[in-house]
Parts: sequence; structure tokens; C-alpha cells
Amino acid sequence: MSDDAKSILSVKDLSVGFKVRGRKLRAIRNVSLELHDQEILAIVGESGSGKSVLTKTFTGMLESNGGITHGTIDYDGKRLSDLKKDKDWIGIRGKEIATIFQDPMTSLDPIKTIGSQISEVIIKHQGKSAKEAKKLAIDLMARTGIPNAADRYNEYPFEYSGGMRQRMVIAIALACRPKVLICDEPTTALDVTIQAQILDLIKELQKEYHFTTIFITHDLGVVASIADRIAVMYSGQIIEYGKADEIFYNPRHPYTWSLLSSLPQLATRGGELFSIPGTPPSLYKDIKGDAFAPRNPYAMKIDFEEEPPMFKVTETHYAKTWLLDPRAPKVEKPSLIQNLHQRFLDMQASDAAAKLEMGGGSDDDE
Amino acid sequence: MTMSKDKDVLLSAKDLEISFGSGKNKFVAVKNANFDIYRGETFALVGESGSGKTTIGRAIMGITPTSDGDIIFNGEKINKPKLSNEEKHNLTRKIQMIFQDPQASLNERATIDYIISEGLINFHLFKNEKDRVDKVTQMIESVGLLPEHLYRYPHEFSGGQRQRIGIARALIMEPELIVADEPISALDVSIRAQVLNLLKKFQREDNLTYLFIAHDLSVVRFISDRIAVIHLGQIVELAETEELFTNPIHPYTRALLSAVPVPDPALAKQKKLTVYDMSVHHYETDKPKFVEIRPGHFVWANQQEEDLYRNRLAKAHAH
Ligand SMILES: Nc1ncnc2c1ncn2[C@@H]1O[C@H](COP(=O)(O)OP(=O)(O)OP(=O)(O)O)[C@@H](O)[C@H]1O
Ligand SMILES: Nc1ncnc2c1ncn2[C@@H]1O[C@H](COP(=O)(O)OP(=O)(O)OP(=O)(O)O)[C@@H](O)[C@H]1O
Ligand SMILES: [Mg+2]
Ligand SMILES: [Mg+2]
Repeated sequence: MSDDAKSILSVKDLSVGFKVRGRKLRAIRNVSLELHDQEILAIVGESGSGKSVLTKTFTGMLESNGGITHGTIDYDGKRLSDLKKDKDWIGIRGKEIATIFQDPMTSLDPIKTIGSQISEVIIKHQGKSAKEAKKLAIDLMARTGIPNAADRYNEYPFEYSGGMRQRMVIAIALACRPKVLICDEPTTALDVTIQAQILDLIKELQKEYHFTTIFITHDLGVVASIADRIAVMYSGQIIEYGKADEIFYNPRHPYTWSLLSSLPQLATRGGELFSIPGTPPSLYKDIKGDAFAPRNPYAMKIDFEEEPPMFKVTETHYAKTWLLDPRAPKVEKPSLIQNLHQRFLDMQASDAAAKLEMGGGSDDDE
Repeated sequence: MTMSKDKDVLLSAKDLEISFGSGKNKFVAVKNANFDIYRGETFALVGESGSGKTTIGRAIMGITPTSDGDIIFNGEKINKPKLSNEEKHNLTRKIQMIFQDPQASLNERATIDYIISEGLINFHLFKNEKDRVDKVTQMIESVGLLPEHLYRYPHEFSGGQRQRIGIARALIMEPELIVADEPISALDVSIRAQVLNLLKKFQREDNLTYLFIAHDLSVVRFISDRIAVIHLGQIVELAETEELFTNPIHPYTRALLSAVPVPDPALAKQKKLTVYDMSVHHYETDKPKFVEIRPGHFVWANQQEEDLYRNRLAKAHAH
């Protein structure tokens, strides 16, 4: 979060490939990333850009047709990229680095009570007695916002709503007291009210338990409310990263520009929504130059020929685009995303949200 | 767009109730639903999961039976147990649906040509084979795909392309009303824009009417003319889009709007979530009804709340 941030997980020049019916697909191409202690790092990018594959390598969860083809991952003195067998991962996966997926039902056992599933994890990972574990489990359920937790301890997953189930998945993940929590689109299937509650919950628990979070999503609204830093992925690479403010207010990569431009909040009613023309390149082929070039209205000749390096914008902000080369012509970001903050301020001023904050929400009589 | 024209009501719900089960297992999923949908507009239905949005959509489609009240389409009651074959035929054609999950809603073993033509074939809506091919070819092009795609199968397409196929299949019937149930929730941000633009384009060209069901309020604000907010089967507020966003009056609507994420880190971090507490209502003796609190702005309220809301709105509009 701060500039002197300590790195807790370090990825260097990582590549990941999959074999699909005799053909090779390159899902991750030479990615480097430092995860800072106790930060919330958001990873954004369109479907298929490699967000899930990248984070699966941190827990050794790649499907069997895939593997790391190059590079290293280091965590707490251990070289994770060297671990091969499932038993090498014991003590790390779930314990030190835990993952929450989009669909809570894939992580809950439908035939065991919610409470027993949390207790089990506490007994296993924290070495507590059954009685102590139950007490801790009820406490954790209450902390994650389940009313009457003690009474609901013995209920089954089907008796919980979707939002409550997802909170229980978070409770189970946190029962192991992980150092790193990977949230892979945990709120995509939920409606806005529950989504907002879960985001608040993660932020609150992080303050209390001091873990580090990687948050994967394609919803930029969610990103803005939760992220300290943001990494933007495109076609298997991180093409820009920086503090949340830097990515929203001073984005440098044309793909990040497009992503921000497609925010529905920026469209005028009756007008068109901005949409990125074309499709991402095939990952089966060798990608030459900047992968985004064919869809990039600002592309230069060199974008089709040579892959750009990461250029430094500030100490904390980097972008992989030739536009940052000193020889490049000066190109302004699209007018739609200029003065983003002012636009939203104006919008909010005229909207109810502002009125609510000014104390208008006092229907609660007496 | 609707306000400038004379309002021509295409569909209305009057005191609609939809329930599942019977006797002591009876569960009322939707109650006291009252709304008009005007021809050529996009009418959105928003609310949390399980609030009854899909149930209303399915009742309009005639898939889910209703337990009370009327659904009136083009002046005729359509929610009756015994529709004549001709009536049924007509309705299936005039009211089409686009589904949330393009993955699940297309028959995997049929070619795109067949999927798009199916309605035409079932309803004999073409003169001869050439006419059918012409119609299908024109349709696939208008959703931004190529005629060569006709002979492929659904699994060969991306999510956004499949959703276009779903749209083509519905539009080829030349419907008057389209019930779009979360048509873009399963899609990526960049593809969402394409699909929304496409829906808008058809509306402009063919004066189509949409019932748009969604939970992403930023998208709803962009696409809809009017919005109905539903909570636990009860429509609590209905207004034109801008009126609803600037002057939400029901506490549930306010809570819902407070939960919409703002894509701006500085503002997002200050944002406060308002939680809806149903115990603020005292409906024991003073019963609520659906009242028009300003022209076109309806809210579910009892007398005491109505007075309070009117006051507030008057103040807000005085500014
Ligand atoms: N087991 C696998 N075999 C073959 N290809 C795979 C496998 N897993 C992932 N891929 C491919 O790797 C690329 C990256 O996939 P990944 O799941 O990381 O995308 P993502 O950014 O998480 O997308 P989404 O937002 O849709 O979840 C995609 O092209 C995907 O098809
Ligand atoms: N066939 C059915 N039998 C019994 N109950 C049903 C049936 N279909 C829906 N329900 C119930 O009716 C209520 C409304 O469901 P509905 O699917 O309309 O919600 P929704 O607003 O579309 O939610 P979501 O946003 O999750 O799609 C829910 O409580 C649901 O469990
Ligand atoms: Mg993914
Ligand atoms: Mg639904």
C-alpha cells in the first residue's frame, strides 16, 4: 500500500501453457508481480485474459493439462513454482494461501451443517479442541454477519441465501487464518446489496486479521471501492499496474482507456455505449508486438512489430505501451475518461446518493 | 423517449398476484403488482435476488400461471386458463424472451440456421425456402454475425455471439414485446456494450418494447425509460429513470441505490451503505397502497408515509 511496502509474494517472468488436443496455448506470458503485505490488489481484464490461471499458480491448482513453462513464484522463502506434487502443497494451499470462488456451492459440502464445516477447518488448521472450535466458529459466523449465529450453526447450506453462503465460504477460508486470500469474482453472482455487504466485510476483516487480498473482478465499480492497487491484464500479460487512483485518474495503456470508457455510467442515455471493436488474439498463435494493437485506434507501426517493455510512470505506476516511449507522439487519453473524478462528483451531487449522505435517509421516525 | 409521444399502453398488470403451491404451502411470490408498459419503451424491473422479477416475466410469457389480477396485452386479458389456439399462437409470436444464460438457452445439437429459423418453421412464417433463407440471412447480419455462421453449432461461439444468436432468434418473429431476463449479466464488460447497443438499435428501428430485468443499476440507468423497484414480491416504487435516481423516495429504493458501486476510488471510499429495515413501516392499521405521488412517480405507502413523502418530494423539487 505504501511505497516502502514489503513484498509477501513475488512472481518473476512467469509463463503458463496448456496442452489442448495436441496444440499449445500460452495463457500467461512473462508476468512479473510483487504482492505487498496487507494490501488489496485487484486484477481486472476481460474474459480469458488469464486472471484465474495466474492466481491458480499460487496454490498449485492448475488443471493437469497445464503447467508453468518459465519463471518463478516465491512466497515466504519457498519457491512455489518448484512444487510439483499435491503433498508439497500441504501447509500452503488453503492454510497460508486460500481461494474463494464465484459459486459458493462448489466450496460447501451440501450434506454437512455450516457450523461443522467451519469447526472442522479450525480443528485441522488451528489445532483447537472440538469445543473451542465450535465457539470460534460461532464467533466467526457472527463476525461475517450471520444473525443468531449460535442457532444457525446447525443449519445446512440450502437453508442459507446465496449471499449468506458466500459469507460462509469467506468464514471457512478465514478460519485457517491465511496470510493471502484470493477472491476470484466472489460477488459476480450476487445482487448489489449483498455484494456491497461482502466488500465491506472483506475490508473490515482484513483490518482485523491483517491478511493480504487479491481480488479478481471485471466490475470496475467494485474495484474502485475495494482496491489499493490494480493490475490490468490483457491476453496473458499484465499491461498496466499502479495505485487505484493512478489507474482511474491517470491511466496510460490504451486498453485501460478502453476498459474505463466502457463504464455504463459514462454513457449518455439515448446514446451509444462505448465498446471495444474486435476480439482478443488467439493464444494458440505467437503474438507479435503489442497484443492489443489490432484493436487499438492509437496503435503505431512499432506496436505490430515489437513487444513494448514496462515503462515507468511513477515509482508505483507502470504501463506496457510504446506510447510511453520518449520518441512516441504525445497522445491524450480519450475525452470520455478525462476529468473522471469531476464527472462523478457532478453526477453524485445531482443524485440521491449525495442526498442520502446529507442525512436525508431519516425515514426511521422517532 | 416515451414522454414525447402519446403514451400507448402495450401491456398492463392490474393487481397481479402470482403464487406457488396451495393451501398451507402456498407461497405468494408476487403481489399487488400494478404497472403499464408503453409501446416503444424500455421498462426495467430491478430488485434483489428472489424478489420476483423472473416470476413476473414468466407470467407475462404465459409460462407461470397467475393466482389473481389481470395481465392485459394490446387491450386483451391474456392470463386466463383457456386461451384459444389462435390466441396462444398470436401471443407466442408477439411476446418473445431473451434469457440470461446464452450457454444454456441454445440447443447444442442444432445449427444456428435451425435455431434462428425454428420460430418461423413452427409458425409457418415464410412463403418458401428462399424466403426463409433470406429472412435468416438478413437477421444474422443485423445482429453483426456472418451468413457463414449459420451452419455452425452454438459451442463454436463466444458468450457475446451466443447472446446475439438468442436475440436474432427472438427478433425474427417480429415480436412487439421482448422480455429480456438479465440478458447481459453473464457477459464480459466489453461484450455487454455490444449487446446493449444492439438492443437499442432494434428498438429505434422497429419500435420494440422491452421488459428489461436486471440487477446492475448502472446499466439499467443507461438503457431504461422507466424503472419499477421490487422487494419481496411487492413493487415499492415506479418512476421515470432520472426521477427515480434523483428522487428515490421509498427506503428500499434508497438502500438499493446506495449499494451501487461508484467507479471512482475517491468517491467509492467515502460511500456509505444504507441498509433497509422493514420495521420502519407501521402497516398494522394504516394500510399501504400504490399511490401516484407525483405525475408518473408511484410508491407503496400508507397515509402517514404518503404525507411524509409528498413533503420531501416537494422540497427536493423546490431546489
Ligand atoms: N485447463 C485449461 N485448458 C486449456 N486452456 C485453458 C485452461 N484453463 C484456462 N485456459 C485458457 O487460458 C486462458 C486464460 O483463462 P483464465 O481462466 O485465466 O481467464 P480469466 O481472465 O480468469 O477469464 P474469466 O474472466 O472469464 O474468468 C483462456 O484462454 C482459457 O481458455
Ligand atoms: N417454480 C417455483 N416454485 C416455487 N417457488 C418459486 C418458483 N419459482 C420461483 N419461486 C420463488 O419465488 C420467488 C421469486 O423468484 P424469482 O425467480 O422470480 O426471483 P428473481 O427476482 O428473478 O431473483 P434472481 O435475481 O435471483 O433471478 C423466490 O422466493 C423463489 O424461490
Ligand atoms: Mg476467471
Ligand atoms: Mg431471476
